[in-house]
Amino acid sequence: MKPQSRRRGIAVSSVAAAALVLAAGQAVAQTATIAVGAPVTSLDPHFHQLSPNNAVADTVFDRLVNNDVNLRNIPGLATEWRAVAPTVWEFKLRPNVRFHNGNAFTADDVVFTLQRLPNVPNSPSSFAAYSRPITRIEVVDPLTIRFHTAQPYPLLPLDMTNVRIVDKETAENATTADFNDVRAAQGTGPYRIVSHRNGDRIEFERWDGYWGERAPFQRVSYRMITNDAARTAALRAGDVDLIDQVPTSDLANLRRNPNIRIAEMVGLRLIFLGLDHLRAENENSPFITDNDGRPLGRNPLRDLRVRQALSMAIDRNAIVERVMEGTAVPANQFLPSGVFGHVGDLPPVPFDPDGARRLLAEAGYPNGFRIQLNGPNDRYINDARIIQAVGQMWTRIGVRTAVEAQPWTTFVGRAGRQEYSAFLIGWGSNPDGSHPLRNIIATFNRDRGWGASNRGRYSNPQVDSLLDQSLSELDTEKRERLIVDAMRIAMQDVAVVPLHIQTNIWATRRGFEYTASVDEGTLAQRLRPAAR
Amino acid sequence: MTVYLVRRLLQALLVVFAMSVIVFVGVYAIGDPVEILISPDADQIERERAVQSLGLDLPLWHQYLVFLGNALQGDLGRSFVFNEPALKLILQRMPATLELAFGAMFISIVVGLPLGLYAGLRPNSPVSKTIMAGSILGFSLPTFWVGLMLIMVFAVQLGWLPSTGRGETATFLGVQWSFLTLNGLSHMAMPAINLALFKISLVIRLTRAGVRETMLMDYVKFARAKGLSPARVTFVHVFKNILIPVVTVVGLELGSTIAFSVVTESVFAWPGMGKLIIDSINVLDRPVIVAYLMIIVLMFITINLIVDLTYSLLDPRVRLEGKGA
Repeated sequence: MKPQSRRRGIAVSSVAAAALVLAAGQAVAQTATIAVGAPVTSLDPHFHQLSPNNAVADTVFDRLVNNDVNLRNIPGLATEWRAVAPTVWEFKLRPNVRFHNGNAFTADDVVFTLQRLPNVPNSPSSFAAYSRPITRIEVVDPLTIRFHTAQPYPLLPLDMTNVRIVDKETAENATTADFNDVRAAQGTGPYRIVSHRNGDRIEFERWDGYWGERAPFQRVSYRMITNDAARTAALRAGDVDLIDQVPTSDLANLRRNPNIRIAEMVGLRLIFLGLDHLRAENENSPFITDNDGRPLGRNPLRDLRVRQALSMAIDRNAIVERVMEGTAVPANQFLPSGVFGHVGDLPPVPFDPDGARRLLAEAGYPNGFRIQLNGPNDRYINDARIIQAVGQMWTRIGVRTAVEAQPWTTFVGRAGRQEYSAFLIGWGSNPDGSHPLRNIIATFNRDRGWGASNRGRYSNPQVDSLLDQSLSELDTEKRERLIVDAMRIAMQDVAVVPLHIQTNIWATRRGFEYTASVDEGTLAQRLRPAAR
Repeated sequence: MTVYLVRRLLQALLVVFAMSVIVFVGVYAIGDPVEILISPDADQIERERAVQSLGLDLPLWHQYLVFLGNALQGDLGRSFVFNEPALKLILQRMPATLELAFGAMFISIVVGLPLGLYAGLRPNSPVSKTIMAGSILGFSLPTFWVGLMLIMVFAVQLGWLPSTGRGETATFLGVQWSFLTLNGLSHMAMPAINLALFKISLVIRLTRAGVRETMLMDYVKFARAKGLSPARVTFVHVFKNILIPVVTVVGLELGSTIAFSVVTESVFAWPGMGKLIIDSINVLDRPVIVAYLMIIVLMFITINLIVDLTYSLLDPRVRLEGKGA
């Protein structure tokens, strides 16, 4: 249909052509096709915490607190919220909101949703953590709800950005399969689901009763094309109008193509190196030996000077420019500037091989040592090539590095059992410094739920104590100061070696425009016809 | 014949059982699905809960017995990722793969047999040499590359065919099929050709070799001496005899096309079983992997059986041996 109208446009006079193009533009604007690189596994918004699933859920459902493309909290199904007492959060709900099946949205739906979170059978990664801090829910009136917590809990609004509200009446006895069959997937979001073919496509239709800005397209087809080259080809062939996860190798070509427009934004996913902090100073780390391959008898990674040397030996700009082809920014901490918890006064890590060699000598390794650097080869953008580059840079300062890249499925289990000395891994943060601190930096502690992804087992009581204070501090300014202090200490102590923060990239066909976002999700409502 | 069938079925059961053990242990050894499935920010309590709810806290032998018990009742487990029965997921995807595989098979026979026959009858003509050189390309070019080239030329440059996906489907026997609509056929063309390329070459080479060998046989010489028309000699006497190896190979190839069209399916985003299995391997969705492999084992056993039975139709000697066995 589109090529046809184009051909006609050439045949007739220029004025008529302009009119035709305009008409075609409007006709085109009714439908759009999106191709995403990661499969959506379920339409049940509470079944599996997975970014592709969440992206679809955020198209169909709303949260009490939504977020904009910069991940700032904005009113969603709640119009305002505040802590009315140290342990009580009050949310005012939006009036006159309807679910896709016509049911009215009330506080009962919120109560039901929070009760459902821990009770989704067979969930491989549940949302229960977001309802756990809440000890009691009080419905003041149909549009006012109060959450009581055991301790002051400043992160509650942030948690609410992860909880998609479902219709109590529809979802009360619904299973995950009922959601997948679309029947139960009735939200309040800008698009409603028409049909779903598992692992293949989801068809959306505009929900005209949406409380917010009207969705730009009548219908959106959301396809999953996991093969990078095929996804790019589908865009170039005009079969799809938007793709995400644009492969870095195709990027230069696509930028030159006048029919393609790139949308990008620095995200929140840090790629970093984890180091073995578990073995004590006088113990052997699994993959570290002296230059002759004999056990070293000590763990050099417990020495701050060695960690600094390893960090200073890395030319982050080279990795960003050559390996990542400009699709990342060098990093010295978890969060980019402008995000809550970014340490403003932390200088970039200098690239200084000579200084690194001096530090190694001071630490008692004038001739370096041998180490193996592990990493996945199918998880992060160019992951295997990054560890090769780092391996060469480390070898240059005398730390002779062997590199081993493995599939994520085998790698991640071994990393979680502390089988590596040094390893590359990534972390996609929530826009709050407490998130990486609590998960990656804090001392591993099952009862508190801290350090669950602290695979190097870094532990620093000072950081823990600052984090602890911040988690019950309701005053935003004070809380930020505590988090920034904790982050600064951890980064100066080289708890991990930050490498770079990835850029999220989308590409659209001419005539379409996508609003890039800090989060990696591809949301149908962020695609619109291009302004002419 | 019955004795033969019963024996074959018993053997098949044993193979299925042995495979279930191998597959189960192998998949178990790859890694821990919870590490992959769980959200990175889940805390320790959440992780333990997930391990328990997926039944992964039991020792391996216990997990296997649970699996075996359910499998005997026709339940091959529930997908960790989709929370739906693994068997249902696979059967949902099967029609897409089947029509692609049969499409490819059809193309390879329709194109491969005549070309092979021609190359066998006139081995020295330039056309035959071109056919044979072409078949080397068909063998040696990697599928994913050819697939991408097809997309680049026919979808991106020429815009004749859609690049990916399955297109419109029509319902037949309660199942969605692409080959019944024009749009679906246009979607099917490139992946089917891509999948057929290797098989065309195979059929060409097998046919050519068979024809070359058979043409020298005494009975062919005799038939010609008897004054039979060349067409009759070729299509009745030669053709029938070269079909045995072709049927065997085509049968087995059909099996591997159905089971392992993974590359083509992912390049063309064809929503078949191949794409399901590769996605499942990436997230270690054990029940789906195990169920898939079990189904594939069953399928190969069935195909082998059918191939053996077809033999006996084509070649009376096999029938006799079958009875004696």
